[in-house]
Amino acid sequence: MDTSLVLVLLLAPFLGFLFNVFLGKKAGKSIVGIVGTLSVAVSFAVTLYLFGNASQEAVVINLFEWISIEKFDVSFGFLIDQLSILWLLFVTGIGSLIHLYSISYMHDDEKMHSFFAYLNLFIFFMITLVIGSNLLMMFIGWEGVGLCSYLLIGFWYKNQDFNDAAKKAFIMNRIGDLGFLIGIFIVGSLFNTLDFTTLKTTITSASDINEFWIAAAALALFIGASGKSAQIPLYTWLPDAMAGPTPVSALIHAATMVTAGIFMITRLNFLFDMAPSVQNIIAIVGAVTALVAATIALVQNDIKKVLAYSTVSQLGLMFLALGLGAYEIAVFHVITHAFFKACLFLGSGSVIHGLHGEQDMRKMGGLKKAMPITFWTMLIASLAISGIFPLAGFWSKDEILMTAFHENKVLWVIGSIASIMTAFYMFRLIYLTFFNSFRGTEEQKHHLHESPSLITLPLIILAILSFFGGIISLPGHSWLNHYLAPLFSKGAHEAHTLGSTEYMLMAVATIGAIVGIAIAYKKYLKDNAIPSEDSEITGLSKVLYNKYYVDEAYDVIFVKPVNVLSSFFRDSVETTLSALVFGLGKVMNEIALQGKKVHNGSVGLYLFAFIIGVVAIITYLFLQ
Amino acid sequence: MDVTTLLIILLFGAFATYISGDKWAPKVALLFGLAAFAGSICLLSQYNLGQEIIYAKLWIAQPKIYFALQADGLALAMLLLTTALTPIIIFSSFGNTYKNPKAFYSLILFMTFAMAGTFLASDGLLYYIFWELSLIPIYFIALIWGNGDAEERKKAVVKFFIYTLAGSLFMLVAFVYLHQKAGSFLISDLTQLRLSSTEQFWIFLAFFLAYAIKIPLIPFHTWQAKVYQKAPTVGTMLLSGIMLKMGLYSVIRWQLPIAPLAAKEYMDVFIGLGIAGVIYGSIVALRQKDLKKLLAYSSLAHVGLIAAGAYTLTLDGLRGAVLQMIAHGFVVVGLFFVAEIIFRRYETRAIAELGGIRAQSPKFTSMFLLLVLASVALPSTFNFVGEFTVLYSLSQVNIWFAILGGTTIILGAYYMLKMFQHVMLGGTNVRIFEDVTFNEGLTLVIIIAVLFFFGMYPKPIIDLITPSLENILTQINRFN
Repeated sequence: MDTSLVLVLLLAPFLGFLFNVFLGKKAGKSIVGIVGTLSVAVSFAVTLYLFGNASQEAVVINLFEWISIEKFDVSFGFLIDQLSILWLLFVTGIGSLIHLYSISYMHDDEKMHSFFAYLNLFIFFMITLVIGSNLLMMFIGWEGVGLCSYLLIGFWYKNQDFNDAAKKAFIMNRIGDLGFLIGIFIVGSLFNTLDFTTLKTTITSASDINEFWIAAAALALFIGASGKSAQIPLYTWLPDAMAGPTPVSALIHAATMVTAGIFMITRLNFLFDMAPSVQNIIAIVGAVTALVAATIALVQNDIKKVLAYSTVSQLGLMFLALGLGAYEIAVFHVITHAFFKACLFLGSGSVIHGLHGEQDMRKMGGLKKAMPITFWTMLIASLAISGIFPLAGFWSKDEILMTAFHENKVLWVIGSIASIMTAFYMFRLIYLTFFNSFRGTEEQKHHLHESPSLITLPLIILAILSFFGGIISLPGHSWLNHYLAPLFSKGAHEAHTLGSTEYMLMAVATIGAIVGIAIAYKKYLKDNAIPSEDSEITGLSKVLYNKYYVDEAYDVIFVKPVNVLSSFFRDSVETTLSALVFGLGKVMNEIALQGKKVHNGSVGLYLFAFIIGVVAIITYLFLQ
Repeated sequence: MDVTTLLIILLFGAFATYISGDKWAPKVALLFGLAAFAGSICLLSQYNLGQEIIYAKLWIAQPKIYFALQADGLALAMLLLTTALTPIIIFSSFGNTYKNPKAFYSLILFMTFAMAGTFLASDGLLYYIFWELSLIPIYFIALIWGNGDAEERKKAVVKFFIYTLAGSLFMLVAFVYLHQKAGSFLISDLTQLRLSSTEQFWIFLAFFLAYAIKIPLIPFHTWQAKVYQKAPTVGTMLLSGIMLKMGLYSVIRWQLPIAPLAAKEYMDVFIGLGIAGVIYGSIVALRQKDLKKLLAYSSLAHVGLIAAGAYTLTLDGLRGAVLQMIAHGFVVVGLFFVAEIIFRRYETRAIAELGGIRAQSPKFTSMFLLLVLASVALPSTFNFVGEFTVLYSLSQVNIWFAILGGTTIILGAYYMLKMFQHVMLGGTNVRIFEDVTFNEGLTLVIIIAVLFFFGMYPKPIIDLITPSLENILTQINRFN
């Protein structure tokens, strides 16, 4: 494989970024949009070429030595294998679509060139993350996408609430990143390398493995993954991240960046396989996150908040699969989720666009007629995420639940409940948004219209993918498992063959989804219930609506104490220390003053002292 | 080129600046600053060709004091840092007017002369003289050209002067003792001494007082924030960018090789002290009201980590410390310049009075943000290379050191982004903020380019310093 090809793949979005930063304002909005989108499309084209022509063998390209540690060097290098190509496909593919969508969506924003610059930069870092040949290269991309996320959440920087959300995202990610770094340190000192390929051969062939430190490394790395992929306890930044423009939510906070944690664990599957205890933790954290986030999503009224918690919940399911060692199933769900969640976010963006910024579902309704394409695409995506046969989400979610069923019934139950809830809140969203009568202002009603084709085209493509995406991994005939097989130390899981148990499980899952939809149908379509005003929410709903008060708890437990400590240090400790030094100076001064009294100008006293001194010296010399 | 030539350029530059008069002084100073940088590059290329950069002449026969200068890779790296930052610092001051500029710029060059001498000296007493000499110009710069209430400023500056001077006296005592033992002050003799562990303990402690105050390490840092705040920005840059690196450099050059047993025995204490500084400095920085004071505490946190790295006595720790010293030197100068640019327009550094600047100045915002990112050690910045290496070395001593020291990446992001938000973001400020001038932009671009270039490709610097650090490690391990 050509090095230059990989460089084109990587640098095309970076050039797009440079163009938009330096020339974007002058070039005008149409050029900005075209350059921004094309630069990602070029990467997509290269990815398609790589996909078509890649050999079975992984290709490593090392450009130069980057960081030196006494025992090993870390090179600036790339690794192109099945996993990176797979991720590249949907990162650049969906990335291109969302860039296209943004041309129209962001057209009225005066800082459109900055938007495209950041978006291009994001793709650049995401590619770096995916094709890095070692842990530190991955870390460049990892923190780089975090930076872009920060910039884009706080894109409308005049609003300090948005800036708070951006800052929160960055800092919470950095908590995870410390875990990532610690994991890197442990891996480095255990194996004297950070290269993925070398690590794989070393770990899989090693006879005596230090189980404790392997587990410690795996746990630390998982903390990193849970920060980026919004798992308990580091998930609270993701819902706040919805402050960013909606294309950002679709691209970064649903389809690509938040899957980085799953990518990392899959990349290091050989390491995690050696730490079963940590795998258990991952499975439990994933399942609990899936459930907790789903319960919160049940009562949210902001259309993007529903989708945000849904994302957290779906990511939880992916971690559940990872914890069960079913990496390829997690990857499968990453891909189908990227399709339908991107579609849902972009659809919600289309709705918000149509309503001039309104995000509260209580003020929507009846949009089906005015926005038919948005409605149908979102409906398909909702059916997909709810796990309705034969849409993409059905297959991937089913695989996760089946695996859980075979490994641990409790996890299966938790995952299933979360899935039923998913069906419910998604159709709650659909009914509240698109059915019954419009609840907004007359002014808005007057202007209701379908979005332009630059917005609907990506929706249609993503809806098609959400519908058919499942074919990449059908039970018994999994192209995906076969494709990914070289990655896994234990070999690929054979896709579940369909026995009676499996059919039964599918039936249960489908019935569950239908029940969830039916409840939503009854409540929000037939009874035409509108969620109550914020002040009227009571009881359990209030707890859920306020997200279990986790943000408030973090504030009390972490943020406030640190700030109080800071004030204490600033006002008390600093002044005390300073006073001590001055005090020392005063003491010295006092001693000097006493000494000064001796120097009173009396020659007699000096002479007396002199003689005593001489006598003392002579005595001393004689005595020696 | 002879190594003394470099010092002569700087010293002569100081004189020339003074006699060139108020009008020409800034430009003459810049010229000599650039000449010194060119001289350092010259020395570097000689060194890379395999020549020894050395000069030694008996200065005083009894006691035996040599005028001895020697530059290995480590000293050259510090020399390059000093002579690269000096013209940047001088150039950055061009937007300001100072009273009596010929004296001001002359003092800057004189200070650079003394600091360069400190990095180059290979005779203990000569080193001590340069070390103390560098204190005099900064004392006057801070006292005469500083800002704020004159009485308060005087208090802060005099405290700084006496405090650091007092600490250094202990070092002088240590040197006198060492001279008795070795018969000279030459570092080559001192690092071969086989002192008993008790002797090493006291020597180590004496050095430590001098360095802990200069660097500064907690709890010896109380002079820092006030002086950084009160000194003119040029002075703050000289202090934070270069002068505090004298302390860190001296730990590696003098303290560790002369008294390694003590360093080993009390390793945990000194690493712990450094890390405590990281956490303490970061937390105090969180709620500072003055931009320069915030940066001072951020500096306290960063140098704590550097010191912790040096005290691990490992190649990774030393190398990371040196890399981070250089990276920090550039980023901190850049950040103080940012504070100065804001002060030029709004005449305040109170964070609460700022905000809403981004909307008016896209270029300035981008540059400021890039510096913030370097300061929080985003990968691909030079600061990441240093910080990663130091933290890695800490993890090899004890994983908890790495975890506690690693909180810098969380807390650092917290106080820097919070500051950035309150200074730059939010609704447009009613007062007009003009975007950076050409000179200001150029200064910042140079600094940012250095930080990102070496962030991607630190190899030249790593290759430069590694052999010297390995030599030092051999000296450190001579008792094994």
